[in-house]
Amino acid sequence: MLEVRNLSKSFGGLKAVSDVSLDVPEGSIVGLLGPNGAGKTTCFTMIAGFTQPDTGSVTFRGEDITGMPPHKICTRGMIRTFQIVQPFAGLTVQENIAVGAYLHHHDRREAMAIASQVGKRLGMGNMLDRPASSLTIAGRKRLELARALATGAKLLLLDEVMAGLIPSEITEIVGIIRQIREEGHTFLMIEHVMQAVMSLAETAYVLNQGKLIAQGTPRELVKDASVVEAYLGHGAAARLQDENHA
Amino acid sequence: MKFNSVGQIALVVAVCAYLLSVYFMASPVWMGFTINALIVAVIAQSWNITGGFGGMSSFGHAALYGTGAYASAILQVQYGVNPWLAFAIGIVAGAAMGGFIGALAFRYGLKGSYFALVTLAFAEVLRICASSFDITGGGSGLQLKLEPGIANLQFPDRTVVYTLLLVVVALVMLVTYMIKKSRFGAYLVAVRENEDAARALGIDTYKIKVQAMVISGAFGGLAGALYLQLWLFIDSTVVYGSAVSIEALIGPIIGGAGTVWGPLIGTLGLHLLGEGAKHLLPNAPGLNFVLYAIVLICAVRFLPRGLMGLAALIGTLKTRKDEDHA
Ligand SMILES: Nc1ncnc2c1ncn2[C@@H]1O[C@H](COP(=O)(O)OP(=O)(O)OP(=O)(O)O)[C@@H](O)[C@H]1O
Ligand SMILES: [Mg+2]
Repeated sequence: MLEVRNLSKSFGGLKAVSDVSLDVPEGSIVGLLGPNGAGKTTCFTMIAGFTQPDTGSVTFRGEDITGMPPHKICTRGMIRTFQIVQPFAGLTVQENIAVGAYLHHHDRREAMAIASQVGKRLGMGNMLDRPASSLTIAGRKRLELARALATGAKLLLLDEVMAGLIPSEITEIVGIIRQIREEGHTFLMIEHVMQAVMSLAETAYVLNQGKLIAQGTPRELVKDASVVEAYLGHGAAARLQDENHA
Repeated sequence: MKFNSVGQIALVVAVCAYLLSVYFMASPVWMGFTINALIVAVIAQSWNITGGFGGMSSFGHAALYGTGAYASAILQVQYGVNPWLAFAIGIVAGAAMGGFIGALAFRYGLKGSYFALVTLAFAEVLRICASSFDITGGGSGLQLKLEPGIANLQFPDRTVVYTLLLVVVALVMLVTYMIKKSRFGAYLVAVRENEDAARALGIDTYKIKVQAMVISGAFGGLAGALYLQLWLFIDSTVVYGSAVSIEALIGPIIGGAGTVWGPLIGTLGLHLLGEGAKHLLPNAPGLNFVLYAIVLICAVRFLPRGLMGLAALIGTLKTRKDEDHA
């Protein structure tokens, strides 16, 4: 469904992303992992059209969308959410979601009806009339997801929707994502919460300092020496091995 | 239209009662004064579309107002065009100017104070141009011939003028209401609240902003063309001067930016205040602008959502549990 080839981006002298290629098959949940500053969000901004890549290409449903503006990409069915949530603070939850629904439903009643439906599906039924600014962090993360869903997009790029949530909230949102996938959506998700990645993603890619260093099932990856080192520092894998043997 | 508090209903009823009472006031001064305020209310609503709903604060709405007035005046005075047609073209000219300024400013991603400064610069450049060319009457301005009659869009009877202006203001508010309740209106507010999120959700933010400037320009051009038909005379300071730009933004901010009634309420309130001050201190011309400035500072500090926002806090009505609430 999504094919990313040799994507690179530099900011000044810093190579934030270099030569990243990845595939997201339709109907799957793919994880994108990596330590802070690895370049994960930068990958999303390029894939979703928010910044131009220096090199490389992005193909969505067989169409080359490299460098296309975000609104056109969204109309084609791919949408990103933001790591730092971006609610329309002055609007109610329902109005927020309706902005997404307006993409393919020009009538206000229709858009508001879809917004309420999507909101209820995501367990926000009792907050529809509340201003978005009054939501907790968990509520805001959910609102990001709800708005994205309401656009009718089929491929969702989720940037750390679970960061800052308590375990019970994580369990809830994992269930929601699984349910949305059953309904025919595909996910590429950046996530630090390993428990969530393990239980959701079929495959995952690991970025470190802008480069892909590993790819595989989450279970394989946590055993991968290079991944462990990327997260815990040089020599960590060997130390862990020793500890296990000791 | 539904309001979400007793306070807002009371405010709107008070404004309507005042507007009606003008018909019965003994002194003609009130009607003349309110006529002026109604024209300002139209340019205020023009500002409200972009500044209030879209969050693009302009300091140069005179550019739109003056363009409407000058387009109509040039056509009538220099080319003998029918006043009704000239009036309509004035509106279109305002819309075109709005679209032009918007297309240029937003192409370069101008926002916030940069956008405000660029609009101010446009208005000033236009003011200087209007005072230097023959076609605009140069420094002496343009004077329409006094030919009362409906065919010439000149109405000597104050009561008729007042009634027509009430209708125009009502229509402008109706259009604003329809925008507010439309997809376009929702997109405009989304752009105001968070442009990145709006782009992610499939909104062509550049297009929305330029479209808003076109609508705002049409309202602004309308206000300028109305002014011309009322006074039959314009010059560059009167229609392109910064006083127009200030009046355009201050009413909505006081009344409640991004609301349908705010611009009218704020404009009337301010003009009543200014008029009152003039009677109390008749020897201090320009005092009304000093007062406006004080009120503006207070409003920005204490009433971030204007009078409509303040009124909303009084007797809040329970929102109904349905899909469509105001
Ligand atoms: N607009 C920008 N200008 C300059 N540098 C940037 C910009 N955006 C990101 N960077 C840098 O690029 C690198 C990658 O950042 P990015 O946000 O993609 O990391 P990330 O993997 O999402 O990290 P995190 O887990 O902390 O969210 C970082 O060093 C960051 O400082
Ligand atoms: Mg990130």
